[in-house]
Amino acid sequence: MTTFILRRLIQTLVVIALLSYVCFYLMTLMPGDPVELMIQSNPKITSEDIVRLKQLYGLDQPAYKRYATWVSTIAQGDLGYSRTYRVPVGELMGPRLYNTFILSMLSLLISLAIALPMGIYSALNPGGKFDSFVNLFSFAGISIPSFWLALMLIIIFSVNLGWLPAGGTETVGMSDADYFTMIKDRGVYLILPILSLSIQQIGGFVRYARSAMLEAMRNDYIRTAKAKGLARNVIIWRHGFRNALIPLITIIALSFSTLFSGALLTETVFAYQGVGKLVYDSIIGNDYNVAMISFIISVSMVLLMNLVADILYGFADPRITFN
Amino acid sequence: MRFWDGVSVSTQSVIQVKNLETTFFMKSGPFRAVNNISYEIGQGKTLGIVGESGCGKSVTSFSLMQLIERPGKITNGQVILNGKDLLKLSEDEMQTVRGGEMAMIFQEPMTALNPVLTIGYQIDEQILRHKKVSPQEAKERSIEMLKLVGIPSPEDRYSNYPHQLSGGMRQRAMIAMALSCNPSFLIADEPTTALDVTIQAQILELIQTIQEKLNMTVQFITHDLGVISEISDDVLVMYGGQACEKASTVEIFNNPKHPYTAALIKSRPTLGHRVQKLTTIEGTVPAPHELPKGCPFVNRCSRAKSECKDNRPPFIEVQPAHFVACFNPV
Repeated sequence: MTTFILRRLIQTLVVIALLSYVCFYLMTLMPGDPVELMIQSNPKITSEDIVRLKQLYGLDQPAYKRYATWVSTIAQGDLGYSRTYRVPVGELMGPRLYNTFILSMLSLLISLAIALPMGIYSALNPGGKFDSFVNLFSFAGISIPSFWLALMLIIIFSVNLGWLPAGGTETVGMSDADYFTMIKDRGVYLILPILSLSIQQIGGFVRYARSAMLEAMRNDYIRTAKAKGLARNVIIWRHGFRNALIPLITIIALSFSTLFSGALLTETVFAYQGVGKLVYDSIIGNDYNVAMISFIISVSMVLLMNLVADILYGFADPRITFN
Repeated sequence: MRFWDGVSVSTQSVIQVKNLETTFFMKSGPFRAVNNISYEIGQGKTLGIVGESGCGKSVTSFSLMQLIERPGKITNGQVILNGKDLLKLSEDEMQTVRGGEMAMIFQEPMTALNPVLTIGYQIDEQILRHKKVSPQEAKERSIEMLKLVGIPSPEDRYSNYPHQLSGGMRQRAMIAMALSCNPSFLIADEPTTALDVTIQAQILELIQTIQEKLNMTVQFITHDLGVISEISDDVLVMYGGQACEKASTVEIFNNPKHPYTAALIKSRPTLGHRVQKLTTIEGTVPAPHELPKGCPFVNRCSRAKSECKDNRPPFIEVQPAHFVACFNPV
């Protein structure tokens, strides 16, 4: 087991290294570079300036050399500067990542807490009234565009009812307040984004949970469990859900990999200070340092959660061994 | 002449089934998967139920266990086990009967065990449900049961998962599980069909040995006449959800009365007789909604008369303890 995890971790690191180079190389293929942007904003720039700037930023070097430079600075713990925001990347992204994490984590947990029981219950009574409602709801959740849903939520709860703020992350000037008031303040701003994200995620999770449970309850061993005279609850949870869990593990683990990626549309509509918009802007604005770090985070999270899913499989399914 | 209506009841029967009727309420309309079946099995005896796929033999067993799923429903009849009518019990009361007084083993040992729980756990679970014992006592009993069904090194097998056992061993484990609470009545639903022939023989022998040891009553479902002739005292032949013929095994094989039974016996290959072509019964079992108004076998029957088309033959005793539903018996 330990060897398995170690081997997989090493593999993961190799893949991250390879992918980081691919990402870096792809970034250099994008049209334009920071110097070109400067030229556009400053017509008086001379050709000597351009050469000097290119040398300063290392843009005259081939991609692999620039990548080597980037890696060596990263290895020294220096994430570099954001060219557009003119602050160190760590300082810029830290609070944004934290905000995104809070939003994604809460909406993920809430979605799972609602979707799993919903999916299981509807799988146990297929074709019933609740099942039809669940199907309708989940299809609606999956198909409604997130920006439209977000706008509707703002119109209803902020504009018409006036219960919640239409956007933002926290009330300005809250930093002096005590801890409890601050949490309450942030909570108020989180409700609508969470609602908007959760409705979509629930739609997906419900369908997975329902089909996994339906599949599990159709198995012969469920009939055996019934023939043994076991109580309905024991059959559902110990025999049904325990087996439905195996396919669900991948889905859930992989959905955790988006915790730090940010939901661009939702964050943008609610003017939430998350990482989604930042990453988008950094790619558009050739802000390599910011973009690369967020790429690395996304890639690592996907790989890491795959590893977590594989390890959890081993616990959930005795047919899988780590050899 | 005596009609088989379940009125004549011998006191030593462990199980009596009277006028059992199971209906499936499909979108295309209701259909009777089990139509007015009655039988009883005496203490320590084995009744073999034979028939082609779809004749209702498995549905009969599941009806006895009350494991019929929607849209199926038991619409009439009585199932009396040790003097109490199971169809009058609540679901909670029925749960104490299932796996306790009445147990069942299934066709597919590969899929009938839960893949994520150990063999031992799955047996313990049943014992703890029905007997007031400690987990330690349940474990001891499980290992004892595994030993009884001839599983080598039962202590190790106890903590194995189903995938670590072969098909034959899994079926033994299933039998161990079914018998773990000393049921007085065992339903075996084609327990040897999915196994290869040498293992089949071992499992049959095992069931017989244990039956004698525990004086257990068995209902054995199969489509294999060879198996039936080896294991059962009496045979019930089913066709299209109805009983065609019932008699002792010797009587059925030597003196079949129903044309269907006769045809079934004729279509068995016999050792030492190399034939060009095996005798078959022309046609297939009619689909549930295509069942004729009269005798269900009328379309495939070589002895069908005009009355067979419109009237359902009653299930009557033609010889002592030999019942047949046919207007024109062989």
